[in-house]
Amino acid sequence: MGEPGAVWAVAVLPPVVAGLALGAAGWDSVLAARDAGRGRALRAAADPLREAARLLLRPPRTVAAADRLLLRAGVVLLPAVALLAAMVVPLGNAMVMDPAVGVVWFNAVEVAVWAAVWLVGWGSNSAFGLVGGYRFLAQGLAYELPHMFALTTVGLGAQSLRVGEIVQAQQGLWFVVWMPVAFAVYLLSVLAMAFWGPLAHPVADDAAGGAAVELSGPDRLFFLAGRYALLAVAAAFAVPLFLGGGAGPLLPAWAWSLVKTAVVLGGLVWAGRRFPVVRMDRFAEAAWTVLIPAVLVQMLVVGIAVL
Amino acid sequence: MGVVVFWVLAAGAVAGGIAVFAVDSMARATFALLLSFLCVGAELLLIGLPYLGLLVVLMMIMEMLIMAVFMVMYMMNPAGLMPMTMVHNRRGSAAVSAAVFAALAAGALLTPWPERRGVPAHDTTFALGEAVMGPKMAVMMLVGVAILATMITSVVLATGRGRYDRHGDRLDARRPADPGRGAP
Repeated sequence: MGEPGAVWAVAVLPPVVAGLALGAAGWDSVLAARDAGRGRALRAAADPLREAARLLLRPPRTVAAADRLLLRAGVVLLPAVALLAAMVVPLGNAMVMDPAVGVVWFNAVEVAVWAAVWLVGWGSNSAFGLVGGYRFLAQGLAYELPHMFALTTVGLGAQSLRVGEIVQAQQGLWFVVWMPVAFAVYLLSVLAMAFWGPLAHPVADDAAGGAAVELSGPDRLFFLAGRYALLAVAAAFAVPLFLGGGAGPLLPAWAWSLVKTAVVLGGLVWAGRRFPVVRMDRFAEAAWTVLIPAVLVQMLVVGIAVL
Repeated sequence: MGVVVFWVLAAGAVAGGIAVFAVDSMARATFALLLSFLCVGAELLLIGLPYLGLLVVLMMIMEMLIMAVFMVMYMMNPAGLMPMTMVHNRRGSAAVSAAVFAALAAGALLTPWPERRGVPAHDTTFALGEAVMGPKMAVMMLVGVAILATMITSVVLATGRGRYDRHGDRLDARRPADPGRGAP
């Protein structure tokens, strides 16, 4: 499968991730403008660019005794996580690398979001920021196990942890058809890891913006852009895992990858606007009493089918 | 190339370990330790154990973040927001750590390491899985159940608000008596 390690894939990766992140932000702005009843909502698609320019130009505000080192580490870590995770996400047949344990690579990298959000919350030297950082850890304990089991189910179905072989295993039937529970759990965990929409409690308004409360200027830009990039990359990873990768008629494989990613990403952004924020302790209860048993049963079914 | 990367990672791991005791904040100490562990995980990647290496990275990030919560919670100054030091009883601890280091280094240098027999497995991940699910199955089952039992026991002992507190003595309360009462 594919041509991992292609030099051009390395060069293409950052612009594609940035484009998807910008697209997600633009789509979110359009939805916001429509919800607010503003006329010609589509024109709001350029809002994120304007906001980015504003954040770049505005002098950053600093809090006394903030731990700058840890704050910056967290702010930079978020987009870095998105880029590192994207290295095992195929665009059509091309990917930066296709290691034998690609799924584990994605999981190990994505977990660094825990560190990023907590570092930002702690480093701000703000009570609300710290509350947001702790909220994300609680949310992490809730989403990470169902997320891992969903990934394990895919690996079990394909009998491989290599992303290329997972795509190949779906040539007959997409995994979403016979692993719908794992797919749903994966999408939910994407919302949780990007603290987006109903699972945005770590940066929720009831804590004045939570972990991101004291971020301003370029720091805020990096943090928000990294969050959109993470959402985009995690949505893009659903395509090789569940939606047959670049498979599809007429269009080339890379185009199908992009189309499927756009649909998943657009749906996630839309869901983020559609549902209210869930408190992380409620989410934790649901995750441990509903999601984990459900995805374990899914894994059992897949395991029996594979045998 | 591999040798250079090995030594850079090894130096990074040791430097991270030293930084734990040099910094004045519990948060920084935690992340210095995490950095040290990440270097060790990368060493495992380097010697051709990708699954174990990534697992170390994955588990250490999660573990150190949870540990940060507890380290900050139990540290000696209020809220952990003031400068602190990880070092107490300087002379004694220096002596103990020097002795332990000398013993470990002597062990590593003096042990007659066996010659390699056979060749490494083609797919180390697969070989690991076979070992865990095959000859080491009984041990893994026992350890797994023991760890799970320990976790459940400690949570049961530690929690001040279990399901009987939330759902009543007969577990029939439709709405749990939680401190933050939102919508049902």
